[in-house]
Amino acid sequence: MSETESSTSEVGELSRRPGRERGRDDGKFGRYGGQYVPEALMPAIEELADAYERYVLNNEDGFMDEFRERIADFGGRPTPLQRADRLSERYDTEVYLKREDLLHGGAHKLNNALGQVLLAKYMGKERIIAETGAGQHGTATAMAAAHLDMPCTIYMGERDINRQRPNVFRMKLNGSEVKPVTTGRGTLKEAISETMRDWAETVEDTHYVIGSIVGPHPFPVMVRDFQAIISEEAREQVIERTGGLPTDVVACAGGGSNTMGTFADFVDDESVALHAVEAGGSTLEVDEETGVAPNSASLYTGDEGVLHGARTKLLQDSDGQIMESHSISSGLDYAGVGPELAYLVDEGRVDPVAVDDDAALEGFHRLSNTEGIIPALETAHAFGYLEEHHEELGERVVVNVSGRGDKDLDAAIEETDQRDVANAPDMSMFTGGM
Amino acid sequence: MGNSEAIAAAFDGGPAYVPYLVVGDPDYDSSKAYVEALDRGGADVIELGLPFSEPIAEGSTIQEALVRSLDAEMTPDRFFAFAEEVDVDAALVCMTYYNLIYQYGDSEARSASEASGEAASTGPRPFVERAAAAGIEGLVVPDLPGEEADPLREACDEFGLDLVFIVAPTTRGDRLDELMGRVSGYVYVQARLGTTGARDDVSNQTTESLDRLREYDVPKAVGFGISTGEHAERIVAGGADGIIVGSALVDVVADGVENDRSTADVADRLEALSRELKEGAERGYRSRAETVESA
Ligand SMILES: Cc1ncc(COP(=O)(O)O)c(C=O)c1O
Repeated sequence: MSETESSTSEVGELSRRPGRERGRDDGKFGRYGGQYVPEALMPAIEELADAYERYVLNNEDGFMDEFRERIADFGGRPTPLQRADRLSERYDTEVYLKREDLLHGGAHKLNNALGQVLLAKYMGKERIIAETGAGQHGTATAMAAAHLDMPCTIYMGERDINRQRPNVFRMKLNGSEVKPVTTGRGTLKEAISETMRDWAETVEDTHYVIGSIVGPHPFPVMVRDFQAIISEEAREQVIERTGGLPTDVVACAGGGSNTMGTFADFVDDESVALHAVEAGGSTLEVDEETGVAPNSASLYTGDEGVLHGARTKLLQDSDGQIMESHSISSGLDYAGVGPELAYLVDEGRVDPVAVDDDAALEGFHRLSNTEGIIPALETAHAFGYLEEHHEELGERVVVNVSGRGDKDLDAAIEETDQRDVANAPDMSMFTGGM
Repeated sequence: MGNSEAIAAAFDGGPAYVPYLVVGDPDYDSSKAYVEALDRGGADVIELGLPFSEPIAEGSTIQEALVRSLDAEMTPDRFFAFAEEVDVDAALVCMTYYNLIYQYGDSEARSASEASGEAASTGPRPFVERAAAAGIEGLVVPDLPGEEADPLREACDEFGLDLVFIVAPTTRGDRLDELMGRVSGYVYVQARLGTTGARDDVSNQTTESLDRLREYDVPKAVGFGISTGEHAERIVAGGADGIIVGSALVDVVADGVENDRSTADVADRLEALSRELKEGAERGYRSRAETVESA
């Protein structure tokens, strides 16, 4: 399809959004998805599926109206679509940035957290629990819970607590309880398991706000629908700005909520290439001996399996044991990925790519010093991809800036110190003061 | 109703004592001695845990046991070898998570499919076939609700294994009917909400659950939280056909690891606790019979 065919008349058809029908009724995306959870959780999941249909899909009691109003007033939507002049020049292509880093809390995570906490309220639940990796989802959930006056407990891996102290403080500032998880390597995977254990005990009055498009149905579709507001706006904005669709859309993928949120309304635009950028970590090779994948590239290198309630692509060994993953960014450090993305990759609709820690760190510095935007280390992977692959991209690229990097400054200083990053600032004269 | 005669026999004419231990905890040989001790202590069915790295239905006691076993390099193949070697009279049931079942034989299928150019036939069948060959009589899969269980159900029917489902305090109405339509061997009645773990008291949710299940003609074994003979007595007196005990036994193994006890010492303790639990169950059964007679 050529650019001329994608005219502004498409804006008028936005409301239909057939791309969002996928997985809605049965939670299946081809062979992926489903509901693999302990029986004790099944009634709650059915109750949630019912609430999703009534409130989110059918706007019962004006739920979606209230959500839209709050995500505008409290959240600060719509976020801008900004042209990145220096990057456009550098790559000789038009680069547009969808500024989710300007959403309240500093990341796209609030779209989903606010949606789910509000839904819990409509469902009459009394307590919120959540897991968090980078602390971004935990922070967003803590903010939404404070805003809507719900008590909230957040599970976070011990290792991630050490990497993301500012976010731990923010969660506590907002009145949430933060519970450290010490099992395994103390990252997102373990935090999800621990939150599911809490939920199994408290399911009757508690809602689990899962942080990505992972988990049992209806979470993957529901989280996608809350996050799809990113692509809904981006698509309208880019058409309005340029008169046409982008050639490429780029977003980083951990669990995949940022990716699906950014892709959702472009999936049916076949001319638009969709690139999901995963954390390549230190290498894509897997250490079978220690059961460690020094990356988090489950779309790129993973195998089909069942984890945390869904069948999807996973980093696992030949027996089916889940591997410990790695990434410089805690928000991408997860051995699984959303079932919808796994499906779209198999269908050839989404292009899975991996960017390693070094390239992500360069991306972090590049966006900071060329555009004046300090991105989250998660987001920086998308810019690492741009640097490495810009020659393969078309003439108009939209990149989602999924979050801002304030939370990552400590980690970025430490990681930069350990490497020879060409475009990093020279801090040697300030070392005493840091 | 059920595929395995051994499991049916275990629930015939008296309360079944169904202990659980993690195979390979803290190592292969010790756990063999421990499982044999359960058998001497009166086990009718033994649930053997095959460790998975993300055991979301497990509390900390069993979770740590699974980690010990994985650290000692337990794998599905070593698990099956264990089932073949262990010397017990009780019927053996494998308790594990779905990914291990689903994944087993998958790498072979994948390489074969790469060779033939056809799509890989993944699924639970190779695991069930191997389990049957190793003398396993049934499966319990805590992260597999009835909704996703048809492929495994079919494989179990093909190879003569029972597929045990867990009924939670929250399972009611149509879900309960559907689950009970798929279950075979026995139904695992979860005594309270939450994850596994020994408790000082056992929940009165049990009585309510047993009442709801009365009309279904499948043996009902109650688990989650039972740790003493007195609990066992009460649960069986309340109408259970069997008791399932996991964390209390795993605690004995963990205590052995922490205090550096000999394998024989830990095995003796397990045998003694087993006897207490089994006798408690039998007392409960007798008191129930007496109540019925005097009524
Ligand atoms: C800024 C930011 N971007 C991206 C992600 C990746 O998560 P997901 O792929 O689920 O959106 C995270 C997760 O914490 C994040 O904080």
